[in-house]
Amino acid sequence: MNRYPAWKYILVLVVMVLGGLYALPNIYGQSPVVQITAEDDNPVTPATMSRVERLLNEANIEHDAVIADGDSAVVKFSDLDAQLLAQELLDRDLAGHDAAMNLKPNVPEWLENLGGRAMNLGLDLRGGVHFLLEVDMTKAEENKKKQLRNDITAALIKLKIPKTKILWQDNRLVVGFRDQAGLEQASEQIEDDYTELNWSTNSGGGEYEWVGLLNEQSLLAIKENALNQNLTTLRTRVNEIGVAEPIIQRQGVDRIVVQLPGVQDTTKAKAILDATATLEYRATHSYGAEAQRTYQTGRTPPGTTLYFESNGQPIYLNNRVIATGNQLTGAQATIDQQTGQHAVNVQLNSIGAARMLEFTKNNTGNFMGVVFKERIPIGKNDDGVMQYRDSEEVISNARINGVFSNRFQTTGGFTQKEANELALLLRAGALAAPVQIVEERTIGPSLGQDNIDKGVKSVQIGLALVLVFMLVYYRMFGVIANIALTVNVVLMVACLSLFGATLTLPGIAGIVLTVGMAVDANVLIFERIKEEMRDGNTIQGSIKSGYDKAFSTIADANVTTFIAAVVLFAFGTGPIKGFAVTLSVGIVTSMFTAIVLSRAIVNLIYGRQKKLQSISI
Amino acid sequence: MNLLANIKYDFMAHRKGALFLSLTLIVVALGSLFTRGLNFGLDFTGGTVVVVNFDQSAEVSAVRDQLETAGYQGIVVKNFGTSTDIEITLPPQSETEAEDGVDEAKLSNEVVEELRLLDASAALVKVDYVGSQVGDELVEQGSLALLYAILGILIYVTIRFEWRFSLGAIAALVHDVIITAGVFSIWQVEFDLTVLAALLAVIGYSLNDTIVVFDRIRENFRKGRKATTEEVINKSIGQTLSRTVITSLTTMLVLLALFFFGGALIHGFAFALIVGVIVGTYSSIFVASTTTLALGISREDLIPVEKEGASLDHIP
Repeated sequence: MNRYPAWKYILVLVVMVLGGLYALPNIYGQSPVVQITAEDDNPVTPATMSRVERLLNEANIEHDAVIADGDSAVVKFSDLDAQLLAQELLDRDLAGHDAAMNLKPNVPEWLENLGGRAMNLGLDLRGGVHFLLEVDMTKAEENKKKQLRNDITAALIKLKIPKTKILWQDNRLVVGFRDQAGLEQASEQIEDDYTELNWSTNSGGGEYEWVGLLNEQSLLAIKENALNQNLTTLRTRVNEIGVAEPIIQRQGVDRIVVQLPGVQDTTKAKAILDATATLEYRATHSYGAEAQRTYQTGRTPPGTTLYFESNGQPIYLNNRVIATGNQLTGAQATIDQQTGQHAVNVQLNSIGAARMLEFTKNNTGNFMGVVFKERIPIGKNDDGVMQYRDSEEVISNARINGVFSNRFQTTGGFTQKEANELALLLRAGALAAPVQIVEERTIGPSLGQDNIDKGVKSVQIGLALVLVFMLVYYRMFGVIANIALTVNVVLMVACLSLFGATLTLPGIAGIVLTVGMAVDANVLIFERIKEEMRDGNTIQGSIKSGYDKAFSTIADANVTTFIAAVVLFAFGTGPIKGFAVTLSVGIVTSMFTAIVLSRAIVNLIYGRQKKLQSISI
Repeated sequence: MNLLANIKYDFMAHRKGALFLSLTLIVVALGSLFTRGLNFGLDFTGGTVVVVNFDQSAEVSAVRDQLETAGYQGIVVKNFGTSTDIEITLPPQSETEAEDGVDEAKLSNEVVEELRLLDASAALVKVDYVGSQVGDELVEQGSLALLYAILGILIYVTIRFEWRFSLGAIAALVHDVIITAGVFSIWQVEFDLTVLAALLAVIGYSLNDTIVVFDRIRENFRKGRKATTEEVINKSIGQTLSRTVITSLTTMLVLLALFFFGGALIHGFAFALIVGVIVGTYSSIFVASTTTLALGISREDLIPVEKEGASLDHIP
């Protein structure tokens, strides 16, 4: 008759228990926490933790115990307001540490030890900001070409080989020499150092040309490097802002996704993410009244460049750069002891320090200018080439009071905020190529909570309506279908939690939709059983052939829906992917519950009754 | 309960009427799609949408005035759900603005700053900013996704059934997608990414329904010997009708729950699926099967050749 072998019952039971267990972490909810990490990436010490405790007690902020969580320390709060207050307090008063707001699931320890974890909530459910940044690859290429040209020029000068020209023609670097000897010497001594170029010589007609072709492979490598360096820089910058669990990953060939949960002030985040600011130190040629007179003649002295100070005054600086932001190894905002102005303490690497030492030694008493350079992307033109607005301003022009090398201070009439941001940017390093924000999605925390509430409510109502309908229409079998349906939702939640999937609002919609469609398999089976009974089959026979015959239909129907879900996953981004994931998981779990589980229950109830007269269907 | 059980009804007799109805709907839908187009949301057009919350209910006109005085052009201001939430739509940046150095990505912050001048309680609820380059890609990706989904299904149904069925299924789902998109065009309901996802889900759903009927047609062809093709199709639709209606009903129940309780962000998604499920149910009965019939499906197409050869061996 309709009986399952024991192993099948056990399988069903095991799946149900595991499903229940791994779905469980989601019912405990989440608590607002402040996560504290040390700026130097070392583990947070017990001393710091007790200091946090004391600071919070002094400010009368209600909180749970401070506990260690990996390298960071975590404090739980009962509400969002306390969390915000505490974060502001700790960020301000806890030196050398970053304090970030976060949400942590309240999963009990025994469950965590079993590997149980709650679903991650997407930004649309927890609040936060999502940025899509596009890296300007044309610029990356341009930078690399400029660098190669400079390096090779320097190498030729060092070897004292005179050249007639050095210039880029598309992807070919053309270097001209006076004679064959120069060409041969250059090609012998330098070529091996620049393997990214395919070198060839081209002599004849009195021209001695040495040509380096930037091959496809090198071009790809340039882009790859630019993207990777940008990823690293952005990670450092995001860490500096103090965001818990940020997501920074590449998307496609030239895009970077940055997700900052819990961040509400996007102004700062934006200013820091796409900033390309750097500093240049140069000798001042002339400034003030003298520069004003030169400016009026309209003639820039040779070897200098015209800049403007922040008050709009013209100033001429030598073209030779003493040190640049790239040579910086550290930068901190500080207050100048003598003037009380906000300033930035700067540390240079050995190359920069040596040049600074040499320069200051010979120029004590002279002036040195600091150029603040910033490229602001302003979108693409019709040909798809990114356009920029360059902003270059001399933020400081000060007398060199003494000899210094690797440590000094830059002042420039900063506000505290400006000093902090400049120090941060200098610390985090430069972007290899400028980036532009091409997409932003910000969800405030209240809307996030609202979305969760509405999502959960619509799942509950939808599920309740379907359960009632099935109960009324199929009675006993309706109860069986309802058990299958409920277990299906539990299994879906368990699978999504185990996969570490991120739950988004469209994901919830996917769950709701699956609830509606999951009953389909049971409806198919039950209608088939009824048909078999009408055709005069015995009840047990009807049950058996109902399940058997409906199977291929269910499989075909689900595979086609699955194809649609896979396509959605492949082409969709963000929220659409979330929907696709829940839909596909739902298809798989619903096949198990509607076919295997419901059959197991039917077999348990009716399977042993040989002379079954009627069933409630 | 046994409503609609084993309906004996000549569905195919109505195929001319159904064809007329479907063609009319498709012509109207396509007409609207070509003349009025879709009311593409921010996801596809690019631009910025900012939702700001105020402590007290905010005057839409005051917000509009404040922003227009500040120099924002072509903005749309309206309430978002409640009277204390205001939604401001800024059009995609024009080229002149880009040349003037306006950084589009930062407009949203400037808008909030501006509104704080009007009412200090102004708080950011939600920002969606999409650069034009991303929007164009989404249109392309969306169309490709539809195409690949249709192709994948075509191949699967051809393998599992027969090419006539596969064309019938495609006819039904193209029918459903065009009409659903048409509804969005006629009433100018906003068409965003979630609606596109819903359209793909409609494909899955419509197919689900169609496959169930096809499966039964195949089974009945293999079983019965005397019935005409039309009779077989009628019988199959009748046998599966109760299932079709019940599943549509349960799906509709949850969709209504989503539509009424899921919140503003999921409205378009739920609406697209509600339309899709209604059209999909109709098409699985009247479009898929009639197309297959019109393509000349017959019993011989579905009976595996090797099986007949095998049975011949048993003839004494």
